[in-house]
Amino acid sequence: MKMPAPDKQILSRRRQIVGDLEAIIASAGGSGLTAGSVISDPISLKAYECDGLSAYRQLPMVVVLPNSTHQVSDILRYCHEHQVKVVARGSGTSLSGGALPLEDAVMIGLGKFNKIIEIDYGNRCVVTQPGVSNLAISEAVAEKEFYYAPDPSSQIVCSIGGNVAENSGGVHCLKYGLTTNNVLGAEVVLMNGDVMRLGGKHLDPGGYDLLGVLTGSEGLLGVITEVTVRILRRPVIARAVLLGFSELEAAGDCVGAIIGAGIIPGGMEMMDKPAIHATEEFVQAGYPLDAEALLIVELDGPQVEVDHLIDRVEEIARGLGADYMRISENEKERELFWAGRKNAFPAVGRLSPDYYCMDGTIPRSRLPEVISRMKELSKEFGLEVANVFHAGDGNLHPLILYNANTPGELEKAENLGAEILKLCVEVGGVLTGEHGVGVEKRDLMGTMFTETDLNHQQRVKCSFDPHSLLNPGKVFPTLHRCAELGRVHVHGGETRFPDIPRF
Amino acid sequence: MTNQLFKPETTEDLQDIVNEAREQSRPLLIQGGGTKTGWGHTPMAGDRVETKKFAGIDLYEPAELVLTAKSGTPISDIEELLADHAQHLAFEPPDFRGLYGTVRSSQTLGGIVACNLSGSRRIQAGAARDHLLGFEAVSGRGELFKSGGRVVKNVTGFDLSKLMAGSFGTLAVMTSLSVKVMPAPEKTRTLLILGLDETQAVRAMTTALQSPHEVNAAAYLAATQGRRSSVSYVSGAGQAITALRIQGPGPSVSARLEELYRLLSDAGDIEELHAHNSKILWQEIGNVAPLLPNRTAAIWRMSLPPTSSPAVAARLKTLEGAEIYLDWGGGLVWFAVPDCGDADAKFVRACLEECGGHATLMRSTEEAKACVPVFQPQSTEIAALTMSLKSNFDPAGILNPGRMG
Ligand SMILES: Cc1cc2nc3c(=O)[nH]c(=O)nc-3n(C[C@H](O)[C@H](O)[C@H](O)COP(=O)(O)OP(=O)(O)OC[C@H]3O[C@@H](n4cnc5c(N)ncnc54)[C@H](O)[C@@H]3O)c2cc1C
Repeated sequence: MKMPAPDKQILSRRRQIVGDLEAIIASAGGSGLTAGSVISDPISLKAYECDGLSAYRQLPMVVVLPNSTHQVSDILRYCHEHQVKVVARGSGTSLSGGALPLEDAVMIGLGKFNKIIEIDYGNRCVVTQPGVSNLAISEAVAEKEFYYAPDPSSQIVCSIGGNVAENSGGVHCLKYGLTTNNVLGAEVVLMNGDVMRLGGKHLDPGGYDLLGVLTGSEGLLGVITEVTVRILRRPVIARAVLLGFSELEAAGDCVGAIIGAGIIPGGMEMMDKPAIHATEEFVQAGYPLDAEALLIVELDGPQVEVDHLIDRVEEIARGLGADYMRISENEKERELFWAGRKNAFPAVGRLSPDYYCMDGTIPRSRLPEVISRMKELSKEFGLEVANVFHAGDGNLHPLILYNANTPGELEKAENLGAEILKLCVEVGGVLTGEHGVGVEKRDLMGTMFTETDLNHQQRVKCSFDPHSLLNPGKVFPTLHRCAELGRVHVHGGETRFPDIPRF
Repeated sequence: MTNQLFKPETTEDLQDIVNEAREQSRPLLIQGGGTKTGWGHTPMAGDRVETKKFAGIDLYEPAELVLTAKSGTPISDIEELLADHAQHLAFEPPDFRGLYGTVRSSQTLGGIVACNLSGSRRIQAGAARDHLLGFEAVSGRGELFKSGGRVVKNVTGFDLSKLMAGSFGTLAVMTSLSVKVMPAPEKTRTLLILGLDETQAVRAMTTALQSPHEVNAAAYLAATQGRRSSVSYVSGAGQAITALRIQGPGPSVSARLEELYRLLSDAGDIEELHAHNSKILWQEIGNVAPLLPNRTAAIWRMSLPPTSSPAVAARLKTLEGAEIYLDWGGGLVWFAVPDCGDADAKFVRACLEECGGHATLMRSTEEAKACVPVFQPQSTEIAALTMSLKSNFDPAGILNPGRMG
C-alpha cells in the first residue's frame, strides 16, 4: 500500500511542532491539562499505530488529545498555517484503515470528548461529544426505554464521531437506516480552524446538505466535535427465527420473498456453512450443522405485530423448503440465536491465525452466482472463506482465513479480497457497504467510478480542505491538486458569471 | 438574444447544451415539470432546460427495494407502478402544485429529489435525501458523472446523493436516479383528538411519538384550517384537530389503536378515520391544502425542534391575519400571513432565534422575494462553503443562478 511520501521538512521540524502543540493545549485549556495531552514518545505512540485494519501500521508523528472545540480549532488552525497533515481518530476500530496514522501527520484523538451533553426526550434526540461510544448513547436513554438505532457490532467501543465519519451501519439498518439517517446535527471544525454548526434538533436544514456529505466522509472533510442524534422508543418486543436451508439459493429466495411480502424485519442475517460451523463451535447456539445456509430473521415492534409476522415468515420459509426452523420463545433464546452471528469474527478468528473481513454489497438476487464464484476464487487462491451476510440489504462480509506468518499469504488474502470486491461491482454492487474505503479499497475505486466521477467527489474535498491536509492518502487513489481540479476548459471569453446577487 | 427552451433527449445533448452555455456564460434554468419554479428566488433570465424527455423507469426490483428511473419521469407513473406491487416511496413526497398554481403540469422524480421533498412521514422514514441511493448527472462543468449505486447499503466514496437532494438544480442536472422503495402499509388508521390548543396538541403528539406504538405522522389543524378539509369528520368537527396516524399489518394497527386510546384518553374527545379519509387528510396536510384558500397570503415553512413550536406559534399568531398548522409532531410549522412588504421575514426568523431551526418563504409576491432571503440565511462559514461548492461544480455559475440566494 503506497501512502503519500512523508514531507521531510515537516519531519525535521517535529520537535518544534510537538512544543507548539503543547503550548496550544496549555494556553487553551488552562493549567494541569497539559499532562498526557500531547504524546510524542515512541512507546506511548505505539497504541495509535493502527486501527482495526491491523495489517497496516505506522507510528504517528505526534498524538494530541484535546478536550474542547476551542482546542481542536486552535490545533487545526496551527496545522493549517504550517501545512501539517492531520488524522482524526475516534476509537480506532475502522476496518478500512481510515484512522491509519501518517508518519508526518498530527493525530488528533477524540477520547477526551467523552460526555453526553444533553438528553432531550421531548424532541427525541441526544446531543453528545464525539468520543462517546455508540452503545453508551443507548445506555444513557435506556431508563426511558429509548435507544439509538444504528448498532455496529463494534458498538461497545466505537465512537459516535467515528460512526458519523464512516456512516456506520449495523444489523438493524434495513429497517432503521444507517448513521446518515439518524444524525440531526453536528459541530465540525474545518481544517482552517473555522467552527461550523450543521443542523440541530430540527430536520432538513435548508441549503446544501453539508451534514449529509460530511457523514461517511472518512475524516477527510473536518473534525467532528459534537453530534446530535435522534433516538427511538425501544420496540415492545423482538423475536427471532432461525431458518436452515440445504441450499443457499433457497435461503436467498426466502429473503426476497419475505421482503416481497411487505415485511421489513428488524434484522435479517445469513451465514454460509463454514460460518455456521465456526460460530456453533464457538458459542453453541444450537445452529443446524448440516445446513448450507442459515437465516436469522428478527421481527420487532408491538407484540401482536411480531407474533403475526413470525407466523407469516414461518409460512414463507416452509414454502421455500426451509428444513430447520426455530422460533425464540424468550429473550434469552433470542440472544442465543444472535450470539453466534455477533461472535462471527472472533469465532472465525479461532479457526485461523488471521482473517480478513470484506464488506461489498450486491443486488441480493445475484447472491447464488456470487457465492459460487467466490468458492472458485477461494479454491484458486488456496484460502478458505466464511461468509456472514446482512441479507436484507445485500451487504456481504466474506471472511478470508490466512496466516500472516506464512510469507506472501497476507498479500494473497488481499488479492483474493480485491477479486471478491471486483466481483461485487461487476454484478451491480459496490465496494463497501459500511466499513468505508479508507486505505484498504482506495486503489479499487477505479473499478466503480470513472476519473470524472472521482474528480467530482474530490471537488467536495477541495471546498472543505483545499490543501488536502486532512487524512490524505485515504479514499482517493490519486489526489489531484485542487487548482488542477478547479480548472475549466475554456474556448474563449469570460467564464465567470458576473456576480450573482447575494444576500 | 431571446431565451430558448431546450428539451434534451440524451445525456450527450444535455452536455452540449451545458457546455455551450458555459462557454457563453448564459444561465440555464433547469426544470422537470416546472411545477415548483415558484420555490426559491427567481433565477436570472436564461434558456430553459426541461428534463421531461429523460423519461422512463429503467429498473424496478420490488424484492430488492430499488427503482431506477430517468429524472423527468412523472412521479405519478412511479407511484402507480409501485402501488401495483404494494410498495411506495416512504418519504411521501407532497404535491405542491396547488401551492404554486401549476396543477396542469406533473411533478417529476428529479424535481422531487432536487427540492428534497418529504411529507408527514418524514419523522419516521426520512426525506427524499434518505431515499436517493445513487444518480447520474451533468454538472455545470458539462461533465457526466455518477455517485452512489443501486443497492441500499453503500458507503463507497463521498455521498454526493445528499448534495444533490435539496440543491435545486444549482450544482448539476440529474438525468437518472435510483431510489429506495418500501412496502406500502397494509392498514391505516388516524386518530383525531378534538379541541386542543397548540400547547396541548404538541404535548399529546409528543406523548404519542414517545410511545412504542409507532405513530408515523402527527399533525395539528386549528379549527379554521380544519374547516377547509374535504374530510367531513374533520371539517364538521368545528374545533381544532390533532391527528395521529398509525399504519402496518391489520392486527398490529388494531392493537396499537387500542393502546393509543388508552394513552391519550385524558387528552380530549377522540375520533377515528379509516383508510380512505386518512389518505385524503394526510395528502391535504402534506400539500399545504389547509392554507391554500387564503389565496393572497405569503406562506412560510419552518422546521424547528418540535417542543418549541407552541411558543413559536404563539408569537407568530400575534401578527394580524396569521394562520398556522403543524406537522411532524410540531417540528414543522406552516404559516400564512398577509403578503405585504417583506412577508414579515425579520419577525418570522427572529421567532426561531432562540430555539434554532430554519424558515423558508415558500410563496410570496415577487416584491417580497426581491427583498427577503427565501432560504434561511447561513452562517459565514456555511455560506463560504456553499459558494465554494457551487463554484467547484458549476464554475461559470450557469445552473439556476440566484435560485438559492
Ligand atoms: C469487531 C468489529 C466489528 C465491526 N462491526 C461493524 C459493523 O457492524 N458495522 C459497521 O458499520 N462498522 C463496523 N466496524 C467498523 C468500525 O467499528 C466503524 O467504522 C466505526 O464507526 C469506527 O469508529 P471509531 O470511533 O473506531 O473510528 P476510528 O476507527 O477511530 O476512525 C474511523 C474514521 O473516522 C475518522 N474519525 C473518527 N472520529 C472522527 C471525528 N470525531 N471527526 C472526524 N473524523 C473522525 C477517522 O479519521 C477515520 O477515518 C467494526 C469494527 C470492528 C473492529
